[in-house]
Amino acid sequence: MNFQAIKVIFLQEMLRAWETLFQSLASPVISTCLYFIVFGSAIGSRIQSIDGVSYGLFIVPGLTMLSLLTQSIANASFGIFFPKFTGTIYEIHSAPISYLEIIIGYVGAAATKSLIIGCIILLTASFFVDLNIAHPVWMVTFLILTCISFSLFGFIIGLWANDFEKLQVIPLLVITPLVFLGGSFYSVSMLPPFWQTVTLFNPVVYLISGFRWSFFEVSDVSVGVSLTMILGFLVICIAIVGWMFKTGYRVKQ
Amino acid sequence: MSAIVSIKDLSKTYQSGFRALKNVDLDIADGEILALLGPNGAGKTTLISIICGIVSPSAGTVAVNGFDNVSDYRKTRALIGLVPQELTLGQFDTVWNTVRFSRGLFGKKSNDAYLEQLLKDLSLFDKKDNELRALSGGMKRRVLIAKALSHEPKILFLDEPTAGVDVELRKDMWNIVRRLRDSGVTIILTTHYIEEAEEIADRIGIISNGELLLVEDKQALMHNLGKKQLIVELKESAPGLPQSLAKYDLELSDDGEQLTYTYDTMSDSTGITDMLQAIQSAGLLLKDMQIKQSSLEDIFVDLVRVDKEPVDQKSVDKKQADLAEAKS
Repeated sequence: MNFQAIKVIFLQEMLRAWETLFQSLASPVISTCLYFIVFGSAIGSRIQSIDGVSYGLFIVPGLTMLSLLTQSIANASFGIFFPKFTGTIYEIHSAPISYLEIIIGYVGAAATKSLIIGCIILLTASFFVDLNIAHPVWMVTFLILTCISFSLFGFIIGLWANDFEKLQVIPLLVITPLVFLGGSFYSVSMLPPFWQTVTLFNPVVYLISGFRWSFFEVSDVSVGVSLTMILGFLVICIAIVGWMFKTGYRVKQ
Repeated sequence: MSAIVSIKDLSKTYQSGFRALKNVDLDIADGEILALLGPNGAGKTTLISIICGIVSPSAGTVAVNGFDNVSDYRKTRALIGLVPQELTLGQFDTVWNTVRFSRGLFGKKSNDAYLEQLLKDLSLFDKKDNELRALSGGMKRRVLIAKALSHEPKILFLDEPTAGVDVELRKDMWNIVRRLRDSGVTIILTTHYIEEAEEIADRIGIISNGELLLVEDKQALMHNLGKKQLIVELKESAPGLPQSLAKYDLELSDDGEQLTYTYDTMSDSTGITDMLQAIQSAGLLLKDMQIKQSSLEDIFVDLVRVDKEPVDQKSVDKKQADLAEAKS
């Protein structure tokens, strides 16, 4: 195992975030505050509690997931796309480093950054609502699993994309709608029966539901199903990235 | 010759169907400077990229220090440093950070003293805290060399190291290359500047159309394939080549004032004495004489031109005869 290589890739990626610290941290904090002001206070005050949880509190897990997913994908996809774009990827390819080590370095850094952002969002939220976490261990588990699997997904997008448009298209056209329609701001049970069924095909529903359960012990689907879904997604991402590296698809000529 | 890099039957066909390399065999000796010469698109970069692990070969094998570069890639890549052709560098990193990054990537523990000396040797140390985007083209080239040397490689590949570099820096680069060779590093450089190969290489390989046309010791190559020309300047211009001189391989210049005699330095008899007597007998008066030895450039242009015009069977036969002679 080339630990030195993992270390320098990880540190380089973290340094990139450090150099754009304001952008990296201020943007999720500001957007979370805005959501809380608009949805939590302004609109939320007119909405009755959901499953016994006040609306302001109810949206905390969904909001965290919203940022976590988009940040994980953005960080990881950009992290590997940028060396491809500038051509500096030649160094990675010519170094005595395995694909696993490349993934650990890049995905590990992206996931760590998302995890930090997730914690900052929860901290920000605690200024607006009285946050009580029923199952902290499960909460952290969901948080870490989400960060890793969606960073891996972002890494795949970064490998696959060969221009900036492709880099943006999946996060913008697929992830954002899935998160918004995945119960970030409402309970699935509030939808008409037909749309409830449709929603069950949205994988993000399971993520948010499981994460929300770890806070309030209320969920749209069972925790076991949530956990299985996120682990399944992780396995699929690992399989895809493994296949890409093995065949060299969009990786090597 | 102990080969540190051994390439066997290497071919590469890109997805587009372009055949960049065709059955290349090449042994690179430990400690030598090998120059790969060839026009743009000849396959030089593809060859280097395959050895370094950036491009996968379609067929054939590469062994570095006895290890296969696919199955034992950790061992082979750790020995190799690569300076790419393009100035591919991050924008916002500092010189120091990017060099440290490269060293770590190759699994080496940080060694600031070594890196400091490396940057000093490359006249980069005073720029160590500068951002890469703020450097000039020549400085960026030096940073790429520093990155390639950061993990103390045994083999250094320089892909067009002096493309777009001014004369002073080019000479600087050559000195760096010589110093590295003296320290025991094997150097393979690609270039299309003949002057460069002539100046610093021990051996020269010529690539064209994905084929390695020849690999030869530089001196031997120039000796074997080198033609000499005797240029005779006439006192008075001749209206045409006299009949008595027709049997010699002579060319009369358009103004009729210069005769050029091309001969082979390797043959037993150059025919110069007879030819000069024949000129005198023909009543032409000599004003001056000079001898020109064909340069590597002439050899190169001849070989590559022949390679590009395979329909001309006569030229092909001649080239093959030349090659056979060069190899013998």
